[in-house]
Amino acid sequence: MTTTLVAPTDPALLGRLHARLEARATEDAALDVHYRTVDSPVGTLLIAATELGVARVAFEREGEEAVLQSLADRIGPRILRTPARLDGAARWFDAYFAGARDPFGLPVDTRLARGFRLEVLGRLQEVGYGERVSYATLAARTSSPKAVRAVGTACATNPLPLVIPCHRVTRSDGAVGAYLGGPETKVRLLALEATGSLPA
Amino acid sequence: MREPFERIVAEHGDVVWRVCRGLLPEHDAEDAWSETFLAALRAWDRFEGDRVRGWLATIAHRKALDVLRASARIVIPEEGVPDSPVPPAGRDLDLWAALARLPDGQRAAVVHHHLAGLPFDEVALVTGTTSTAARKAASDGVRRLRTLLALEDA
Repeated sequence: MTTTLVAPTDPALLGRLHARLEARATEDAALDVHYRTVDSPVGTLLIAATELGVARVAFEREGEEAVLQSLADRIGPRILRTPARLDGAARWFDAYFAGARDPFGLPVDTRLARGFRLEVLGRLQEVGYGERVSYATLAARTSSPKAVRAVGTACATNPLPLVIPCHRVTRSDGAVGAYLGGPETKVRLLALEATGSLPA
Repeated sequence: MREPFERIVAEHGDVVWRVCRGLLPEHDAEDAWSETFLAALRAWDRFEGDRVRGWLATIAHRKALDVLRASARIVIPEEGVPDSPVPPAGRDLDLWAALARLPDGQRAAVVHHHLAGLPFDEVALVTGTTSTAARKAASDGVRRLRTLLALEDA
């Protein structure tokens, strides 16, 4: 007699059990981080949140496993997939990609950024829909107006892309510049905000 | 560096289900499964060691005993009590029903060794016995199961 005597557990049963665990863990506030994925026109996005709000948005190319491990190391390992709990956040992304200029306010938790990078995220949140600013212009709005390179780093390490619009910062020479989701994604997002629809 | 807990659920959810279902009727097993992972989740940031499966089996075993104690129920053989309208795998249903007819010690040893895949030294830790006793209980349990299942086939 071996374990092969028992058929593998029905995936539907395991799904139902997991949903119960999500509900119990939420009731008990037992989670450091909860997350889900969302299908979007720029690929599958991972959305991770704490009790305070969305703390991380990751592009598919960053790798789900690597992103979750980094969240475990930096926030805490009590991490669970909780799709239903993040339905609201998922709707925000749906609305954004459908061309909504200003989807409802999404609670965010910026704990993954500190110091000057956190300050830059604050300035980024003031850059309006459809606007484009240069790294130098954004630097001029901070407490270190000459720190153009540091502003570039802050944008490149933005834990909340799309929600905190680092894609609206482009190079002074007109090139779009680097983007965590890939430069082609940045071009498409800028086009979406300029025309109201996302180019293929 | 601890793994994200979701990975633990994905990796061990199946084994924990077999332990819970092997020790409890279906509905109670569902409660025990979620209580096991909830307790493990709460303690996950303090977990030390690498025997995750044995640790989860220990929690599941305790939760199963809690459930049985809470319902103050004498374990009734499940024979003739279909617990889902259409069993997805008839062979499994027979096995669960047959397991329920074993003495507690044999049932626990068979579940933890043969269904959860723990070595006997870990089965002994989970069930609070010796490795030798666990091996004997599992062997006696399997012999008895064979008889029960053969009778049901007949």
